[in-house]
Amino acid sequence: MARFQHALIIGASSGIGAALARRLAAGGTRVALVARREGKLKELASAIDGEAGEERALAYVHDVHDRDEAPELLQRIARDLGGLDLVIYAAGISHNVAFDEFDTAKDADTIEVNLLGAMAWLNPAAERFGRLGRGTIAGIGSIAGDRGRPGAPAYNTSKAALHTYLEALRNRVGRRGVRVVTLKPGFVETEMVAGMGKLPMMVSADRAAQIMLRKIRRGSVTAYIPARWRVASWIVRSIPSCIFKHLKV
Amino acid sequence: MLPHDRLEWVEGWGRSLGAAGYVYRPSTVEGVRQVLALARELGVPVVPRGAGRSYGDAAFHPESVVLDLSRMDRILTWDPGAGVVDVEPGVSFSRLWRFALGDGWWPPVVTGTMTPTLGGGLAMNVHGKNNWHAGTLGEHCLELDLLMPSGELLRVDRENDPELFHGVIGGFGQLGIVVRARFVLKRVASGLVHVEAVSAPDLEEMLRRADEAKEPWEYVVGWIDAFARGRRLGRGLLHFARHLEEGEDPAPAQTLRAETQDLPDTLMGVFPKSVLWRFLKPFTNRPGMRAINALKYRLGSTVGEDARYLQTLAEFSFLLDYVPGWERIYLPGGLIQLQSFVPVDGAERVFAAQLEMCRTAGLPSYLAVLKRHRPDPFLLTHGLDGFSLALDFPVTSGNRERLWKLVREMAEPVVEAGGRFYPAKDAALPGELFRATFRNGELERFAALKERWDPDGLLRSALAERLL
Repeated sequence: MARFQHALIIGASSGIGAALARRLAAGGTRVALVARREGKLKELASAIDGEAGEERALAYVHDVHDRDEAPELLQRIARDLGGLDLVIYAAGISHNVAFDEFDTAKDADTIEVNLLGAMAWLNPAAERFGRLGRGTIAGIGSIAGDRGRPGAPAYNTSKAALHTYLEALRNRVGRRGVRVVTLKPGFVETEMVAGMGKLPMMVSADRAAQIMLRKIRRGSVTAYIPARWRVASWIVRSIPSCIFKHLKV
Repeated sequence: MLPHDRLEWVEGWGRSLGAAGYVYRPSTVEGVRQVLALARELGVPVVPRGAGRSYGDAAFHPESVVLDLSRMDRILTWDPGAGVVDVEPGVSFSRLWRFALGDGWWPPVVTGTMTPTLGGGLAMNVHGKNNWHAGTLGEHCLELDLLMPSGELLRVDRENDPELFHGVIGGFGQLGIVVRARFVLKRVASGLVHVEAVSAPDLEEMLRRADEAKEPWEYVVGWIDAFARGRRLGRGLLHFARHLEEGEDPAPAQTLRAETQDLPDTLMGVFPKSVLWRFLKPFTNRPGMRAINALKYRLGSTVGEDARYLQTLAEFSFLLDYVPGWERIYLPGGLIQLQSFVPVDGAERVFAAQLEMCRTAGLPSYLAVLKRHRPDPFLLTHGLDGFSLALDFPVTSGNRERLWKLVREMAEPVVEAGGRFYPAKDAALPGELFRATFRNGELERFAALKERWDPDGLLRSALAERLL
């Protein structure tokens, strides 16, 4: 299984991104943490360094809406880390949208963060790794991207598009020795699901990160987290549209 | 921001270490100056690179500008009467000997492969099988043009700035970029050498015979079966060679032609050598290498014992080019080498201990080479009055950590015995052990040169960062 020396996580200040950073750093990987919230980012970086007993996390404040910054920041991060062999896009938002709400601004923002931000970071990452003939890219999608649900059209769309984008990226640079892993978590205890009550098959962010890293190291193509979501997702995807539209899922 | 289309994966020859780098390949001094200026402006380190034939991390630095000088490969001036040549740094040993041989000259020092550049050879101050007689490459260098990190161009020789001259040569390319070097070559009367082969049943005998041969023979090289143990520990074969004298070669005009020297590209006239490494790969494991080593010794000590024959200079000198791409047999993990230099008195004890450590660790060397050496005047030299033992090891994902630990263990007795190490071959030596081999202020003098000529640390290699 691949061991990573230098990793970059975009969307690292909380949730799954932070848990991935902690786990990678605990295993000896130097990690670059990219996120918008400076306070949380620095807090996480010092916690990681404190646990490691050395500087192992570098923090970079960046808003994924600022897509033009990504290529230059990626190069700077690679230099600061002394290399780069893993890039994970973990940034994501899900706006609360009422069933009868059609808010283009919210939808556009979801697409900006979940999809265009991913493209802004993973395009230069893929170009870099493709040129070097090595490297691993992982994107955190969602089981929500497997079907268009009435409750979160933009979120579903952004994740579905992200899955397709990652697949295309894999087909583009996979032949040059680059691994592209699509991660599809189910419900994970993060800020995103706070206040949604008890959700089925929910796992902690740390547990999700543990499974994800195992899948990334193995070079999986598409991984459901936890794995039993693969079956659930298959069932959901198999429901005919004429029935699905009547379901409140 | 550095242009992304410059980004390449840059490796050492052993292919066990590498890094991403932004590669620039200038063809002129002005081009080199522009690359240095760009890197200085962006605050990115620069690592000079020749043919990339150092085994480890001498010619890369992660995420830095790689100044690949291989396109600066012009022979600038040539005096066939005196054998004095001015070359750009990217001229390879191959290009130099092919050029000069027709006039009866041969590079005074060559490496085991003809592919390294002379710029790289100076940076690592390489030696050959004739180290006792000829010293290192730097000893045959008369003058250098150096482009310093500031952009200043200096002409340096051993008289006008002996400290810088002796620091730059063997200084890993950390002080300035050699953009022109003047060498004096060796006069040869023939393109052939007379070779004698003998065997030795153990390490003591290997060292004794190599030592006895150092005066009468110009070239002395030994191969050791690193799998042998017990009373056979250190057994091996020795090859001695000397150039033919005037009148010994009946057809010197023929043997001095580069075409006569060319290594055959087929084995026994039939089998293409370019694919030979693929047939060796299945044997690149412990049982396979044990068998090959034993067979080589058996043949050398029976049918090959006391063999005397003539060989072309290229055939004798460039053994590593015999099987093109041989280093690929070690993929995907690559290989590392540790070449330890030990004074005469301690050599047998230290080398025996090293071979024993390999056996105990279950990490035998697949190829072991013995040479006889002498001291030289360069600041970071590996030269001393003693022997060197070079040990090749395959790297795998499973043995990497153990191998690096073994290198440290094997290096300790070398330091205790007052020995040295050869950075051109190194990939795994801990910096503190390398530094411990310099006991007379050499590192401080080198640091003073660095502070004077490159105070911002623009020139940086992974090797220098690890060892210095």
